[in-house]
Amino acid sequence: MTHPLRGRAAVVGIGSAGCGEAPGRTPNELMAEAALAAIADAGLALHDIDGIFAATSTHAFPTLSVAEYLGIRPRYFDGTNVGGSSFEAHLLSAALALDAGLCDAALICYGSNQRTAGGRLVSMSEPQPHEAPYKPRHPITAYALAASRHMHQFGTTRAMLAEVAVAARGWANLNPAAFARGPLSLDDVLGARMVSDPLTVADCCLVTDGGGACVLVRADRARDLRHPPAYLLGAAGAGWHRAVMCMPDLTITAATDSGPRAYAMAGVLPSEVRLAMLYDAFTINTLLFLEDLGFCAKGEGGPFVQGGAIAPGGRLAVNTNGGGLSCVHPGMYGMFLILEAVTQLRGDAGERQVAGLDVALVHGNGGTLSSQCTALLGTAATL
Amino acid sequence: MTGPGPEAEYRAHLRDGRFMLQRSRSTGVHAFYPRIAIPGTGEQDLDWVTASGLATVYAITVNRTREGAYNVALVDLDEGPRMMTRIDGIETVPVGTRVRARIIEEDGAPLVVFVPEQPA
Repeated sequence: MTHPLRGRAAVVGIGSAGCGEAPGRTPNELMAEAALAAIADAGLALHDIDGIFAATSTHAFPTLSVAEYLGIRPRYFDGTNVGGSSFEAHLLSAALALDAGLCDAALICYGSNQRTAGGRLVSMSEPQPHEAPYKPRHPITAYALAASRHMHQFGTTRAMLAEVAVAARGWANLNPAAFARGPLSLDDVLGARMVSDPLTVADCCLVTDGGGACVLVRADRARDLRHPPAYLLGAAGAGWHRAVMCMPDLTITAATDSGPRAYAMAGVLPSEVRLAMLYDAFTINTLLFLEDLGFCAKGEGGPFVQGGAIAPGGRLAVNTNGGGLSCVHPGMYGMFLILEAVTQLRGDAGERQVAGLDVALVHGNGGTLSSQCTALLGTAATL
Repeated sequence: MTGPGPEAEYRAHLRDGRFMLQRSRSTGVHAFYPRIAIPGTGEQDLDWVTASGLATVYAITVNRTREGAYNVALVDLDEGPRMMTRIDGIETVPVGTRVRARIIEEDGAPLVVFVPEQPA
């Protein structure tokens, strides 16, 4: 039976601002510029927006900051913060609020200046009392631990991890808006400076500036707007731990729960997904999510990506913007997964366009592999 | 419940040189970090018991900083729970290595670290 929320709302506007380096600009400025771009892209006016969804790494009360900065008096707001996957969670709550008539035009937005403000990942994340004394580096230590376990259990190699970074760069080289472009070989990744064994600096995402935003409305209104709508077919979130020491199995993420529920709502099978936007804060993420979201069996993520299988021309298009590894990663990356999926579904992705695309999967990750939120977006052909 | 909570009690035991865990009287399940109830099932009949101190390395990384390299590990205690720690006195060890707990003083507080267990 079709889920009652399937296809009831759609992304109709997208915008970004200052992706890469935006010296001298504040998070609010980047967030507002992206928001206004998304609203204009939708063909709506600022006063049409009556729902605000936001999470950042610098605002304690982000929906209040957005309302004040843009001068909006929202009828509905949701500032749920589950780290970088917050925006995929917001897609679901925005669709619920729209469907219930609690708002008519939902704005999801984000902004960060963390590259030019300091060049390090900024996080409001509080130290975990039973981890902090051992001086883990947040967040890379957690991901390195997961990689070490994956290698031990499944024979995954550093070269397999490196393949993820090389594929991301291959896509970035087709995306004029990507921040890190140019040649990158497996040897470059393997020979890069080791940061947290087994992850080198080339296994880690960029630290950039950037704002991103999207606008959703109900499907009946979406049809009449400027761009082909990207319908929300299904979405689900899951989270089982806060600190990585409490993650039951470091090789199995909560995407094994969010994924199947999102697929079920959408009525979509993994084999029908032609574009997978997977939150690649570190190379190990992509392997874990390919496995947990049903693109290959558990433990086979490494062999799956070998030989350029997720690079341009490979068997599955993954992170076609260049990902957090080579395109953009301003602290919380989840918004930018949505922007690329919508760009691809509209057929606007230029040289990197996935031909004949109908269904895109967007998967956000937050914290230390803690929060997993999966969404499926589709063109009108999927309704 | 009155008086200090399990977090404070755990740290008081450590200051006295004892690495203690909580165990449910009815189910025998151990908890770590210290909690007011067993996660997932909620038993509150918790006693403090001395940890065996034996564990197996579940995952390990070496953080390489300008100040030097140090490992951060997750170990599975023989009693069941997992904890974050450091394997002291060695750069790294393979996943699966048997280790034994030791309480040291660091940054003005007691800290549980582990060292490789010598084969018998």
